[in-house]
Amino acid sequence: MKFGIVVFPGTWSEKDTHHAVNGVLGQDAEYIWHGDEALGQYDAIIIPGGFSYGDYLRSGAIARFSPVMEAVQQFADKGGPVLGICNGFQVLCESGLLPGVLMRNDHLEFRCIWTDLKVENDSTMFTSKATAGETLHIPMSHGEGNYQADEATIHRLEGNGQIVLRYADSSGNVTVDINPNGSINNIAGIVNERGNVMGMMPHPEKASEKLIGGDDGNVIFSSMIESFAASLV
Amino acid sequence: MPVSQETLDEIALSRDEYEAIVDRLGREPEPLELGLFGALWSEHCGYKHTKALLRTLPSSSERLLVAPGAENAGVVDLGDGLSVCFKIESHNHPSAVEPFEGAATGVGGIIRDIFAMGARPIALLNSLRFGQPDNARTRYLLNGVIGGISSYGNCIGIPDVGGEIFFSDTYKGNPLVNAMCVGLIENGKMASASAKEPGDLLLLVGADTGRDGIHGASGLASRAFEEQAEMRSAVQVGNPFLEKVLIEACLEALDLPGVVGLQDCGAAGITSAAIEMAERSGMGLKLLIDEVPRREEGMTPYEVMLSESQERMLLAVTPGQEGPVFDLFKKWDLDATIIGNFELGENVRIYDEGVEITSTPVITLTDAPEYKFTGVKPEWLTKLQNADLSANPIPSESPADLLLKMLAAPNIASRFPIYRQYDYHVQTNTVVEPGGDAAVLRLKGSKRGIAVSTDCNGRICYLDPEIGTAIAVAEACRNLSVTGATPVALTDGLNFGNPETPDVQFQLTESIAGMSRAAEAFEIPIVSGNASLYNQSQGTDIFPTPIIGSLGLLEDVEKHATAGFKSDGDVIVLLGTDSTWDDIDGIAGSEYLDFIHGKVEGQPKLDIDLEIRTQAACREAITGELIASAHDVSDGGVAVAIAESAVIGEIGASIKSAPEERWDAAMFGESQSRILVSVKPENLAAVEAITAANNVPSVVIGSVGGDTLSLGDSISLPLADVDDAWKNGFSRATSD
Repeated sequence: MKFGIVVFPGTWSEKDTHHAVNGVLGQDAEYIWHGDEALGQYDAIIIPGGFSYGDYLRSGAIARFSPVMEAVQQFADKGGPVLGICNGFQVLCESGLLPGVLMRNDHLEFRCIWTDLKVENDSTMFTSKATAGETLHIPMSHGEGNYQADEATIHRLEGNGQIVLRYADSSGNVTVDINPNGSINNIAGIVNERGNVMGMMPHPEKASEKLIGGDDGNVIFSSMIESFAASLV
Repeated sequence: MPVSQETLDEIALSRDEYEAIVDRLGREPEPLELGLFGALWSEHCGYKHTKALLRTLPSSSERLLVAPGAENAGVVDLGDGLSVCFKIESHNHPSAVEPFEGAATGVGGIIRDIFAMGARPIALLNSLRFGQPDNARTRYLLNGVIGGISSYGNCIGIPDVGGEIFFSDTYKGNPLVNAMCVGLIENGKMASASAKEPGDLLLLVGADTGRDGIHGASGLASRAFEEQAEMRSAVQVGNPFLEKVLIEACLEALDLPGVVGLQDCGAAGITSAAIEMAERSGMGLKLLIDEVPRREEGMTPYEVMLSESQERMLLAVTPGQEGPVFDLFKKWDLDATIIGNFELGENVRIYDEGVEITSTPVITLTDAPEYKFTGVKPEWLTKLQNADLSANPIPSESPADLLLKMLAAPNIASRFPIYRQYDYHVQTNTVVEPGGDAAVLRLKGSKRGIAVSTDCNGRICYLDPEIGTAIAVAEACRNLSVTGATPVALTDGLNFGNPETPDVQFQLTESIAGMSRAAEAFEIPIVSGNASLYNQSQGTDIFPTPIIGSLGLLEDVEKHATAGFKSDGDVIVLLGTDSTWDDIDGIAGSEYLDFIHGKVEGQPKLDIDLEIRTQAACREAITGELIASAHDVSDGGVAVAIAESAVIGEIGASIKSAPEERWDAAMFGESQSRILVSVKPENLAAVEAITAANNVPSVVIGSVGGDTLSLGDSISLPLADVDDAWKNGFSRATSD
């Protein structure tokens, strides 16, 4: 399987993501420069974390206008899998590929901590290797990850099973106390209605090996790999 | 015409120094030249009060690929084709004036120092000092500094893995903000900050030049720091996004055949960067000052030369090969401009619109005067050292209550509320996260790893600058050894008061002597350094604070230890001593004596040979996979160390003997060279064999398990209470 990893000038998670999917999981991976107007042949696109264009205006607000995002939009429209991580999630929301917005954390501080993410939907192409109800131990690192949307959108997301990951304690209890950023309903990751575009604030690529604290993040990438293999059959 | 005192004050040169300039030039300097001298002869660039002392530091090692002084930092070989360089830089005075930008640009500055060597920055650490947090201004400074570091570091994708924060009113008007950066160089691809041939082009890349930071080096950093709120314009403003792009572009540029040299623009801007490059190359330099892209109109050559606008770098490029360099910077949307060229000759010649406005010998500019001094021990210090420590009364609280109070002290409580604001995972190399004694990073593509730490206890250095600094070296190394890493190199960040006073001269002399002695005993070089003097407020000098940054090597990064207790039934052993509890001498300069009794007194002690043997034994046990946990015994003594290992490991502990009589000193004394380890019972004999072979005393003091912390029969605390005091103490002490 071949991953394309989008690189904006201020992206810093592209090498970590490359290491996770290529170095650890042995898949092909290439970087895609933000100025590129056409994508090569990729089986999935990842928009990794970082600060795209500095994010002085609003996270992802400028990135959505980059040439590459036009191409990513077309890729997604054809059903291609797109995963946005952290800043990538923000870019997907700004681009309209996912509903909602990511606001400043409610406590107004940057937060770098390990989180436990309860898998709410294990039938997506990003979570097929997980079991609903289990928790994934994956770190987050952001100042603007407070997911918000209007009531109707949240109702729709909840009803459609589009909320894939929620912040929970290690036993899977979704509580107000454990919510690290003020996200509505403890939302940590969502998919679009079609199920091929996912955004998540925590960083699965930072949980790719036991040596660095855990490898639960591989569940996300392995699910993508498994779903791709299944699509070929 | 004789120069006015006002002019000299602005650039922080003395009348004598001015006369020396006239003497060396054989004429009065032009106003622009005088600005260059002010910058280059500042303490920050010229090290005029510290150069003679710094020369005495040990700087050789088999592992050194580039000697300190030859470039901006020494380069240390790690094996497997990997090498590292690292350095500390201070941004104390800018942070006192404008904490957010001051700290942010401090981080930006040290990162540029490192990637200028051709190294990819892989870790940041911060060593911070503030006044006591019960003061609103201190909390403003603290929040600003943390915010600035967080904002700059997180945006740039370099993990912030460690450091220290220490509160004492000696730093109330003059906080210390020291940032350390570690860079990794692959396959010897290091860059030089020099040109190769006369004719090589000088390119300025990155940000436009504005009026920010003029006189930062000479004004803010190099004289007594009083009533300088009006100097806010001397503080630079950082743009981390631009720096991120600059890192990528410059590291990529070094692969181009035409790029022969790379240098960062830091203190004193183009003046220092370009003229030091010329000096290092042994060439003259022609500078076309009107070619420098500017942020503002109407800037004079003087302002352009002395601007400290951030995120700028200089490149030396072979003429005719600049095309691909321009293309590369264009790809990254960065400006690159030819602003001059190196040439045969000895002078730096500055041109404005085709006219030569100054021509000055490079060596005259860079050869700052050197002040030598020998300090005399002040009488007040002897009195403090000889204080009768046993005259301090035993507190009226119970030992259990006092332990909880100590655990919640601003200098002891967990720093998690701070470092959770820094990204310490990015680059996915962090094996041991901040919160232990040292951070451990793996090196991708190698079995090896590194450990990094910073350390300095200003209180101890105040009470004995020689022994105190040796202790800073010992502790910075001990922090590494408890992870299993062998110390291989050190860097220093000297933070002292006004060097024109006899007391500070004594402190500087003694401190450097102690650093030398300890580094030589450990057989490791000091590969880089930074000096920040004139740290004082309201006429009082800060505690001497020679911050030591340390770097250690793990041959197999999988074999490392962490501070938290692990399993029920493990045996707790104290290495480096044969008694569980400390004695009254141990409270000299301790956190206990300061926090509970409000006193800084006593004579600190260090047995350097015992220290080295204890660390070696600890490392041997860790690499032999015989140790379950290892933790340095430092601030708060053995009682605090036991409590920390319990809370971090989320498991209780029970210590066999109770502290008696001077139980306060027993629990909280800070005698050096002690390491708290826990060991599986079946490994105890092997660990004891190692300590015996290394001639290191050790004592079995208790065992791990349960959900209480008990010290003998008399003291028993629920682990939850210990946890609450240590984890929430910092937030409670620093909230409004």
